Amino acid sequence: MGIETGTVMLSIIGPEVVLVLAALGIMMTDLFVKSDSEQPFLMWIGFVGMLGALAVSASFWGKEAAYGFYGMVVADNFSAFFTTLFLIAGGLTLLMSSGYVRAQGIAAGEYYTLTLFATTGMVLMAQSTDLIMLFLGLEVLSVSLYVLAGMAQDSTRSAESSLKYFMLGAFSTGFLLYGIALLYGACGSTRLADIGSVLAQKQILREPMLLAGMGLLLTGFGFKIAMAPFHRWAPDVYEGAPTPITGFMSVGVKAAAFAALLRVFAGSLAALSPHWKELLWIGSVLTMTIGNVAALRQTNIKRMLAYSSIAHAGYILIGVVAGGSAGTGAVLYYLLVYTLMNIGAFAVVITIEQKGEKNLNLSAYAGIGSRHLALGAAMAVFMFSLAGIPPFSGFMGKFYIFSAAVKEGYIGLTIIAVLNSLVSVYYYLRVTVMMFMQEPESGAEEAAVFFHPALAGVLLIAIFFTVQMGLFPSSYLQFAQDSIKMFL
Amino acid sequence: MEQQLFWLWGGIAVISAVMMILKRNPVHSALCLVVVFVSLALLYVLLGAEFLAAVQVIVYAGAIMVLFLFVIMLLNLETEVRSQGLSRVAFKACSLAGTGLLLLLLLGGGAVKALRAMAPEQVSGVPGNTQAVAELLFTKYLLPFEVTSILLLAAIVGALVLAGKRD
Repeated sequence: MGIETGTVMLSIIGPEVVLVLAALGIMMTDLFVKSDSEQPFLMWIGFVGMLGALAVSASFWGKEAAYGFYGMVVADNFSAFFTTLFLIAGGLTLLMSSGYVRAQGIAAGEYYTLTLFATTGMVLMAQSTDLIMLFLGLEVLSVSLYVLAGMAQDSTRSAESSLKYFMLGAFSTGFLLYGIALLYGACGSTRLADIGSVLAQKQILREPMLLAGMGLLLTGFGFKIAMAPFHRWAPDVYEGAPTPITGFMSVGVKAAAFAALLRVFAGSLAALSPHWKELLWIGSVLTMTIGNVAALRQTNIKRMLAYSSIAHAGYILIGVVAGGSAGTGAVLYYLLVYTLMNIGAFAVVITIEQKGEKNLNLSAYAGIGSRHLALGAAMAVFMFSLAGIPPFSGFMGKFYIFSAAVKEGYIGLTIIAVLNSLVSVYYYLRVTVMMFMQEPESGAEEAAVFFHPALAGVLLIAIFFTVQMGLFPSSYLQFAQDSIKMFL
Repeated sequence: MEQQLFWLWGGIAVISAVMMILKRNPVHSALCLVVVFVSLALLYVLLGAEFLAAVQVIVYAGAIMVLFLFVIMLLNLETEVRSQGLSRVAFKACSLAGTGLLLLLLLGGGAVKALRAMAPEQVSGVPGNTQAVAELLFTKYLLPFEVTSILLLAAIVGALVLAGKRD
């Protein structure tokens, strides 16, 4: 692989540059924001920044992979796909936040700045071709999110969430760094391409240092994607964080960690795939089973969605285990689908949530569907899609992942996954049943719905794509397939 | 010689790191951490990275440890310290032993440096350590270097948000 090393090529980190400039712009403008009513202006600066970054990253699509900064970053189809995904997640999060931030009294300037920094970190992770760069991207992402998780005003839960995320996140970063150090020790380079070519010579494949490094790296990534047994932080953190940030974490961090996982494991550690596929097989089964079974018992909607997001990480891991064009393509497609439907579900949660973490209990959803038909219908679409019921996109996502697994001969894994999705139907449908078929307990105050035009926009976008990607999946799947050519 | 020194300092680093966790008195823990930092610095010297060693001592053993100690003192852990702490004599003995150890380590560091200077692979014309680090930092590692600044900025913004929340 001939990597041009001597060049800097600022254009390659174009999306990051635009995002950071927008973040700095928000910080500057924040100084002049006098009243609460001017706050949405800050959000729109961020949103325009996201759109600009999207335009830059779209210009990378379909071109030859371009390396920059001495082979530290690359702009290729894979990074363009994930950058698009992160910017969709980030942009929708900003739109969801604008009303929420004001209603909950969160410091808007810092909130939007950190959201943009977190997105920058994700994009860096998807573009990096060097373990050091990957680590830094992950840290930019994590540090921003540690703080964002604790930003809900005057909430002990939020502080707990932030502290837990920080302590466990820092611990997992230690694992990741140790893994990087051991890989460096075994291969003599932190550059992914060099590691790949050293391993291709098959001389050190049995080296304990290499295997330990791989295991530690997997642990570090496993924490970020909430893979069992490293998932224990997720429900508490997701519950305490401000709701739009929970949505952002559940899709963005997961996708970023999967992007890195694919680049490192499917890309340069491909020679070790018998070892890590075995580990991921076990991880996948544990993750989806624990996620689904625990979600059955939840009464708090955010905790339920947290366990559901753990379960979905398990499904996505199946695609990574299956590998190949079909499996990896299905992973990318599933991530895109999951991003839109899960953000949509969180947008509904925000609409129903009241100031001070009220109405997060499932019982608060009783009867909402009959009083607010559109909202109930929207939630039903997202729940059906998350459960994997046709014709919504969640079904197509699962279909592609499972069929890839069957094709590669992982029949047992597929059977476990199908059984798991059956279990998950129960708790997804319970929400819908609550909304449409139950009356609120007598005496309970009627839940008012928090309406905001930007939030309605998010809901419309999410519904549109959840339906459209389910009915016409082929062009999106093609998009995903085109993004992974370099692994094959 | 280098091998033995590596095992000596590596061993001291590991033992002090374990001690740091086991000590109940936070000040003792902090002092153990200083020993870890200094022995790491000595390992850097052993690798021929004098610049890194100096930075390690100045930044970690110096600046960051001072901050740690400040925080520990400000948290006012006096009662705990008294009940768990060593007696005065034992503390004096420990600090004397610690100082002695540090001196020994530093002297050892000097010895290694002399050793390396005599080593045959030292070719004249190789740029100095500091220059080599600087060159790498502004060529190969330019992007990580710049991204670190974003990381720090995010951390500063975050610290301000979380600290200012209670006003």
